[in-house]
Amino acid sequence: MEKAKKSEQLVAAIENGTVIDHIPSDKVFDVVNLLGLTSITTPITIGANLTSHKMGSKGIIKIADRYFSEEECSKLSVIAPNIVLNIIRNYEVAEKKAIPVPDEVRGIVKCCNPMCITNHEPMQTVFRVVDKRNGTLRCRYCGKDIPRDDVKLL
Amino acid sequence: MDNSGRSLISLEGLDRDDILELLRQAATFETKPDRKILDGKVVATLFFEPSTRTRLSFETAVNRLGGRVIGFSDAATTSSSKGETLKDTIMMVSNYADLIIMRHYLEGAAKYASEISPVPIINAGDGANQHPSQTMLDLYSMLKTQGRLDGLDIFLVGDLKYGRTVHSMLTAMRFFNPTFHFISPEELKMPAEYKEFCRENGIRFSEHSEFNEKVISEADIIYMTRVQRERFTDLMEYERVKDSFILHNDMLAGTKPNLRILHPLPRVNEISQDVDSNPKAYYFQQAKNGLFVREALICNALNLL
Repeated sequence: MEKAKKSEQLVAAIENGTVIDHIPSDKVFDVVNLLGLTSITTPITIGANLTSHKMGSKGIIKIADRYFSEEECSKLSVIAPNIVLNIIRNYEVAEKKAIPVPDEVRGIVKCCNPMCITNHEPMQTVFRVVDKRNGTLRCRYCGKDIPRDDVKLL
Repeated sequence: MDNSGRSLISLEGLDRDDILELLRQAATFETKPDRKILDGKVVATLFFEPSTRTRLSFETAVNRLGGRVIGFSDAATTSSSKGETLKDTIMMVSNYADLIIMRHYLEGAAKYASEISPVPIINAGDGANQHPSQTMLDLYSMLKTQGRLDGLDIFLVGDLKYGRTVHSMLTAMRFFNPTFHFISPEELKMPAEYKEFCRENGIRFSEHSEFNEKVISEADIIYMTRVQRERFTDLMEYERVKDSFILHNDMLAGTKPNLRILHPLPRVNEISQDVDSNPKAYYFQQAKNGLFVREALICNALNLL
């Protein structure tokens, strides 16, 4: 417990906002991009390669004074389904939210099939989430399945 | 205008009754292929990838139905070679034509075209993905020669890994309680996902690595495909197996009288020439059936039946 607290303290606490926890270390910057955090003006703290009991190594992002809609959060499920969102109010965790898995993913994932039309036309990609537990996506156009580990963002 | 209900992109959305109804319509076209149903209609055939056989079959279908054809048979002569997007080509052509029949080298091209086009699209092949009119003519040929689609013993031979026609056939036959036999070299075996599809849909199948008289003795249909050199990662393996998946006339002696041999064509050497005169050879009539099936598909897409 003491150890966990120490690693938490590596990144500063926020009064109000969102703490995104349990991000796989190699996905931290994908989360930054997916949530458009580069254009946010409120304070953001990004921690990567922190020690985690559950994951070995994890990332954490704290965003002050900003909350995210269900739709925004559901995008994260395509790269890391176990991310937890902590809603912080007055330095306390007011709510812990798991990431909802959407039925469909539009415009954020690249099809891994080089012969898919979506990789050649200026068009939006669309995937159906065919296996919610394992996060397998199926391209609406070429029909190829992409396992979660092979997902690449546009 | 919404064309989504009328475009034909794949057979996935069709159920048993839809398939049988289309085959019934094809049979009526066989009794009378020349009709003026398309009088005053213009059909565009856009072949971004060359395919003599499929294009001629579709264009003959339009001509025999009294319609007119515009289009191209080689994308090198069109604006797409200048970098025009598929969307722009489709939007332009849909100003002129009532129906677009397209073949494209990219997978999903027909699906995308159907989403942006104000006129219906018939997919005449999109890369390694779908080729629904071929599958329908295969089914028509089976129905016509066997008198039924239900409960057939179908032997698929050759390249079962990359061959889209054999994959589409599994999908379309799921309503008809078939037994499949997969006969292929090790490197070109039926992919696991399609075997899983068979299990999920209660389709019986067995796999064989030998292609001989004994294996095919119970066949109602033998569906041959080409084993292509470029599909092998191991060329030694190709040299070893290339002559093992060829159908010779003497292999047909002990087969069932109702057996018919199908092939999507073009054939290279996987069916030896001496099979052609055997009454069980059906591949040339099969290609002819493509005309009647495509007449039905065209009229269906234009809501004319």
